[in-house]
Amino acid sequence: MTRYRLTVNGTEQQVEAWDGDMPLLYALRNALGLHAVKFGCGLGQCGACTVLVDGQPQRSCLLRLADAVDRQIVTAEGLGTPEKPHPVQAAFIAEQAAQCGYCTNGMVMSSVALLAGNPKPTREQTQAALAGNLCRCGSHDRVLKAVSRASGQGKAP
Amino acid sequence: MTTITRRELLLQGSACIVGFSWLGSVPQAHAQTAPQPARGALPLNQLDSFLALQKDGSLVIYSGKVDLGTGHRIAIRQMVGEELSLPVSRIEMIEGDSALTPNQGPTAGSSGVMRGGVELRQAAASMREGLFALAAQRFGTSAAALTLENGRIASSDGRSIDAVELSGGQPLRLPMNAKAPLKSPSRYTQVGQSLPRPDIPAKVTGRHVYVHDFALPGLLHARIVRPPTLGATLQSVDESSVSHLPGVQVVRMKNFLAVASADEWAAVRGARELKAQWNGGEALTSHEGVIDWMRKGPFAADEDLVNKGDATRVDALHDAPDLLKSTYYWPLQSHASMGPSCAVADVRTDGATVWTASQASHRLVGACAAALGLDAAKVRTIYLDGAGCYGMNGHDDASVEAAMLSKALGKPVRVQWSREEELGWDPKGPPQLLELSARLTPGGRVDAWFTEMWLPRATANLAWIPLLSPAAAGLQQPTGQSTGLISQNGDPPYGTGAVRVRVHWIDGSPLRPSNIRAPGKVGNCFAVESFVDELAARAKADPIAFRLQDLANPRGREVIERLARLMQWRARASPSPDLGKASPARGRGMAYVHYKHSETLVAMGTEVEVDRSTGAVRVLRVACVQDCGLMINPNAVRAQVEGNIVQTLSRTLYEETTFDRSRVTSVDWARYPLLRFPEVPSLDVELVQRIDQPPLGAGEAAAAPVPAALANAIFDATGARLRTVPFTRERVKALLA
Repeated sequence: MTRYRLTVNGTEQQVEAWDGDMPLLYALRNALGLHAVKFGCGLGQCGACTVLVDGQPQRSCLLRLADAVDRQIVTAEGLGTPEKPHPVQAAFIAEQAAQCGYCTNGMVMSSVALLAGNPKPTREQTQAALAGNLCRCGSHDRVLKAVSRASGQGKAP
Repeated sequence: MTTITRRELLLQGSACIVGFSWLGSVPQAHAQTAPQPARGALPLNQLDSFLALQKDGSLVIYSGKVDLGTGHRIAIRQMVGEELSLPVSRIEMIEGDSALTPNQGPTAGSSGVMRGGVELRQAAASMREGLFALAAQRFGTSAAALTLENGRIASSDGRSIDAVELSGGQPLRLPMNAKAPLKSPSRYTQVGQSLPRPDIPAKVTGRHVYVHDFALPGLLHARIVRPPTLGATLQSVDESSVSHLPGVQVVRMKNFLAVASADEWAAVRGARELKAQWNGGEALTSHEGVIDWMRKGPFAADEDLVNKGDATRVDALHDAPDLLKSTYYWPLQSHASMGPSCAVADVRTDGATVWTASQASHRLVGACAAALGLDAAKVRTIYLDGAGCYGMNGHDDASVEAAMLSKALGKPVRVQWSREEELGWDPKGPPQLLELSARLTPGGRVDAWFTEMWLPRATANLAWIPLLSPAAAGLQQPTGQSTGLISQNGDPPYGTGAVRVRVHWIDGSPLRPSNIRAPGKVGNCFAVESFVDELAARAKADPIAFRLQDLANPRGREVIERLARLMQWRARASPSPDLGKASPARGRGMAYVHYKHSETLVAMGTEVEVDRSTGAVRVLRVACVQDCGLMINPNAVRAQVEGNIVQTLSRTLYEETTFDRSRVTSVDWARYPLLRFPEVPSLDVELVQRIDQPPLGAGEAAAAPVPAALANAIFDATGARLRTVPFTRERVKALLA
């Protein structure tokens, strides 16, 4: 077993693992109990496992644990709580922008990253930024409205 | 001991309870599950089976139907709370727990509110009536003099009492009264309000507990090792090939092969690295051979589903010189859930508990009991959210697999499918082939119509859909297949004079089928409403005017007329007068459905652009008007309509399960693409509220008219008719060439 030092949601954590090639996803979900991070494909194709790594959205199903050492990792739990949600999460709640909600983690994390770099994105820019996030329930339009709301632009047209 | 009393015992801490609190789900699993009292099904004729007033005056709803991300959790609270004048914040809800909830049937067929909610609403009305009777006795007044508000019953003479004081927090032991009067819609304060869903804050902040997140002490993570060819026989397993992985155990039962470890990554690698020899297997028809297979059979039966009007006119179609005849095909599709199927099971000698995202947790009890060799009364299934499944995906398979492995390993087991398994091994939406014939009268109306369908036949009275791993392990299973009700809406929803619908029922299916959202209605409405458009074009009539001339249903007329206004529809025949002039080509189209000819009414319109050189279809806008009767929660209904539109655009434009002679090949998101954010059109949804009408389903109907509305718009833009799904670039380009 090897110990890996991670910084997750602002707190330093030690994770023991026998294989540094293990995707970060399993360390977050099983060692740290951060279940916002969802397993969707393990192929980097759907976005359900998205976390922020040094502020950038990354697929935790592809990122090796050994490569996550000493990086700043943020999950949806680190953004806010049901009682005190992050502004992007609050906008998702206001727009009721989830159905089953399984993909929502990735939507939220990608949106937070988008708004950090582009505080007033157009609908098309948001669509492009979320192109790698899949949703089966068809909540897309509400997600776009939530991003618009979070950016202070009110409801998207 | 009554079943209700047994439930109270279970609730008092003798077993695992998963409730759904107002601010998210808080499963509390007590690992030291005490022996469970034997139990029978909670009786559907007793109101205590559905509702329990708590000592603190709050209410618990026991719902056999579950929230699949649809808003069931809020809508049911609103329906029950309305009858009992109790705010939703004072209502808890337990869903789909086979030991605690009555069996209200699977959550399928858009029945959650329409049947499940209506039943619970009647239970609430029965409870109010029962409480009034108790209070009238206590006060020596008539029940008519009583009112109920926020858990307190007041008499017109000024006296009042808490409802819970009357019941003493005990079961009321009253029968369901199907005639207990319902609140007048004019007095609704909760029903019809777009109250927020209780599960969304926890879902958005990562706190909601899905079945994927549920864990028990001592849990083992398992992965199933599937054969390389469907139905292959397992010859040998080299367990030493995974001995370098920590704690990996191999489980083999005949052709069922799995690995498990306390470390999930070890299980993932174990499944990848385990060396096994497989032989033989079934020869499949490839996806390219499905249409030929459907035409050839073997056939179980032919059946005339509809015979309306003058049969000789339908017979005469055969050699009419002006016959219009077209063939439509809907392919096999995956449920394509975002989260691969998952389940957790804890099987002990004295009983089994299975945490499942199945849409049919009550029915699943039988499948688990059979696989475990246990009495059904010893098996408890508990619903937890999964990823939206839209029909039976792999959740039932995973649930029984977890149970089989927990029994074999003597520990709680979590089974998690891979992406490849989910797209490759979930039961598939079945294929549909339709041949439509009709001719017009000289006045441009439909004279006679004949739909001929080729459909896989569902097995009557199938106890449950045969599951993968019990079959592989040689355990006894029901034989047969299930498809959902796929033959409905094969006839036009208009007053067409002479109509026949004949189905050729096929034995078997190219891959194991199950119900997928709006079973069959999506494919049938695609064919019927595209063909109506073909007839309108032949009559050189405006597609809306052509439909309205033979539509009597006033609610149907209303949704179509409102759609015309919403789209600023200009009456003219298709194709567009700009045909061949504009680049990209632009068009508009619409379609209409009266779901099952008895439920929700939907008019759907689309505006599209087609790039003739690449075959790319861009959906610019979708407009929809829906009447689903009484809407309990209009915003939740709107979410269902939006989801139906976007998901069905995806199914129509991109989705087909492909397979070769041995296995499914569309096993990742590159080979089974879904519609992505950049392709999401603008949506205009108008909902008709019918406050005094029964609630109809909202989960499926709006899916049905989407494909035809799209095909009709593409025809309007290009003059070319798409009759095979999906509308891939290659297919559109070839059609336009």
